[in-house]
Amino acid sequence: MNGKNKRRQEVPVKRRTAAIRSQSLGHRLALDFRKNKLKYLMVIPILILLFLFCYRPMYGILIAFKRYRPALGVWDSPWVGFRYFRQFFRDPYCWRLFRNTLTISGLNLIFGFPAPIILALLLNEVRSKRFKKAVQTVSYMPHFISTVVVCGMITTFCASDGLFNNIIEMFGGTRSNLLQNKNLFYPIYIISDIWKGIGWDSIIYLAALSGIDQEQYEAAKIDGASRLQQMFYITLPGLMPTVSMLLILRIGSLLSVGYEKIILLYQPTTYEVADVISSYVYRRGLMDGEFSYGTAVGLFNSIVSIILLLLANKASKKLGQSGLF
Amino acid sequence: MKAIAKKKKKRSMQDWILDGIIYMVLVIILLVCLYPIWYVIVCSFSNSSDVIQHTGLYLWPDSFNLEAYGRVFQNRMVQRGFRNTLLILLCSLPLSLVLTLFCGYFMACKNMMFKKPIVFLMLFTMYFGGGMIPGYINMMELNLLDSMWSLVLPSAISIYNSIICKTAIEAIPESLSESAYIDGANDFQILIRIITPLIKPTLAVLLLYYLVGQWNSWFAASIYIKTEEKLPLQNILRYILMENSTTELGEEYNEYAATIKYAIIVVASFPIMCVYPFLQKYFTKGVMIGAVKG
Repeated sequence: MNGKNKRRQEVPVKRRTAAIRSQSLGHRLALDFRKNKLKYLMVIPILILLFLFCYRPMYGILIAFKRYRPALGVWDSPWVGFRYFRQFFRDPYCWRLFRNTLTISGLNLIFGFPAPIILALLLNEVRSKRFKKAVQTVSYMPHFISTVVVCGMITTFCASDGLFNNIIEMFGGTRSNLLQNKNLFYPIYIISDIWKGIGWDSIIYLAALSGIDQEQYEAAKIDGASRLQQMFYITLPGLMPTVSMLLILRIGSLLSVGYEKIILLYQPTTYEVADVISSYVYRRGLMDGEFSYGTAVGLFNSIVSIILLLLANKASKKLGQSGLF
Repeated sequence: MKAIAKKKKKRSMQDWILDGIIYMVLVIILLVCLYPIWYVIVCSFSNSSDVIQHTGLYLWPDSFNLEAYGRVFQNRMVQRGFRNTLLILLCSLPLSLVLTLFCGYFMACKNMMFKKPIVFLMLFTMYFGGGMIPGYINMMELNLLDSMWSLVLPSAISIYNSIICKTAIEAIPESLSESAYIDGANDFQILIRIITPLIKPTLAVLLLYYLVGQWNSWFAASIYIKTEEKLPLQNILRYILMENSTTELGEEYNEYAATIKYAIIVVASFPIMCVYPFLQKYFTKGVMIGAVKG
C-alpha cells in the first residue's frame, strides 16, 4: 500500500522535472516573468533608487585614482594612479588621524561596549515589572534625541556658565570652557555616547536574556546556587553568542568613528585630539574642495575597515563562536 | 527543619542586599539619564536672568515664564525649519513605507529566478558605499543639489528595515496568501489586503525608525542644501545651538538668549518623545531580527 502510493506520487514529479528540463532557457524566463511580473514590478523602483544613490557613488570612487575636475566629470578626468594614497601617507596629519581614530574607538570599546551589557544584567534581576519598564522607557529617551541637540546640550553645559561648571564650582573648582580643554575631549565624547546609547543598546541583550531556558535557573536553585552564581554560570554564558557577535561588529568598525558628532563638537583648539579620519575627509575633501584626495583617504579607510571585519569574523569562528557570515 | 529555615533566612538576607545594590545602581542610571533632560526643561520655563545667575544644580524652576517659547514659535527661521522638515516627512514617510513593504515582500517570496542576484545587490549596499565625496559629486551630477529630493530619495529605502519587514512577513502562514492567490488575488491585493493588516505593529515601528531618522538628520542637508530658506529644522538648531549665539535670531533675542536655546531643544525633541513610548513593546522584536540577519 505504502509502496504503491509512493510510486504513484513519484511518476508525475519525474515527468514534471523532465518537462522543465526540456524547456529552453527563454521559455523558462518567460514563464518566470509571467508568474512573477508584479513582484518584479514592485522591486524596480527600489533598484532604481539603489542604482542612483548607492551604485553610482561607488562608480564615483574612481576619482580617488584620478585628478578630478568638475568640468570634465568622473570619466574624463586624467588618471594619476596611487598618487593621492602616497600623498596621504606623507601627510603630516596622517599619524595623528590614525591615533585619534583608534583612541576614540578603543575607549568606546572599553567603556561603551560593556555599559549596556551591565544595564541588561541589572534589569534582568529586577522583579518589579513596573520599575523595569520605567527604567527602560527613560533610558531609551536619549536615543531619540538628535545628534545636533545632544551636541547642543553638551556645548551649553560645557560653556563657562553651564551646568557642568556649576557642578565643578560646587566642589570648589574654577570655571572654564570645558570643550576647549584638550584633555577633556575624550571623556566628554565617550560619556555622552554612553548616555545616548546605553538604554537602546541594552535591548538586544535583554532579548537574548529572555531566550535563556528558565529551567536552567530552576535546576540551579535546587542545586543551591546563589543568585550571583546563577548570574555567572547561566546568564553570562547565555549572553556570550550575542556579545561575541556585537564585538565582531565593533572591531570591524574600529577605524570608522562617525563624523557627525566630531564635526559638531571639535574646535580648532581640540583638533589635536579630536580630528579623526572621517572628519578630515569632510574638512579637506568637501570644505577645501580637494575631492580626489578626500575620496582616496575615505576609500583607504573603508578598505581597511572591511579587512578588519573579515579578520575579526574569522577569529571568532576559530574561537568556536558563531560568526557574522 | 530548623536548619532549612535558617538557610532560607540567610539566603533571603543575601538576596535583600543584592536587590538593594541593584535597585540603587538602576536608580542612579535612571537619574543620570533623566537629569540633563529635566534640566533643559526647567531652564526653558525660567526667567532668562534666573538661569544666568543660578549656580549649582537646578531642580525646580525659580520662576515660571513662557516668554522663551513665545519667541521660538514667533521666529521666522524656526517656523521655516519646521515647515521644511514637515514637507520632507510628508514626502518621504509614505514613500519609505510603500517601498519597504515592496522590498520585504519581494525578499520573502520564493521560486523566482532573479531573486538571488537582486537580493545580493540590495545586501551589498549595506556593507559598502561610495562615501561622502562621491555621494556629493553624484548629487551634483544628478542636479539634485539644493533640492529637497536630495534629502528624501537617498534615505527613502533602508535595506536593514526591509529585512525586518521581510521577517515579519515570513512569520505569516504561507497558506493564507496561497489561498488568496488561488481565489484570484494578485500580488498587490495580497500585500494590501492580507499582509499589511497582519504586520501592522512591525510597520508602526519601521515608520518610527524612518521618522526618527529623517527628523534627526542634519548632515546631508548641511552639504547638499545651499539656500538657507530650504534648510530643515535640525540645521536651524545647529546654527542656534552650536554657534553659541542667538545673533542668528536677531538683536532683540539676546535678552532671552539663555532660555531660548533650552526652549528650542524642547520644541524640537518633543514630538518624537511623545511617540516612542507607545511603540516600545515592539522594539525588542525588531532589534533582534535586524541583528540576527545583519
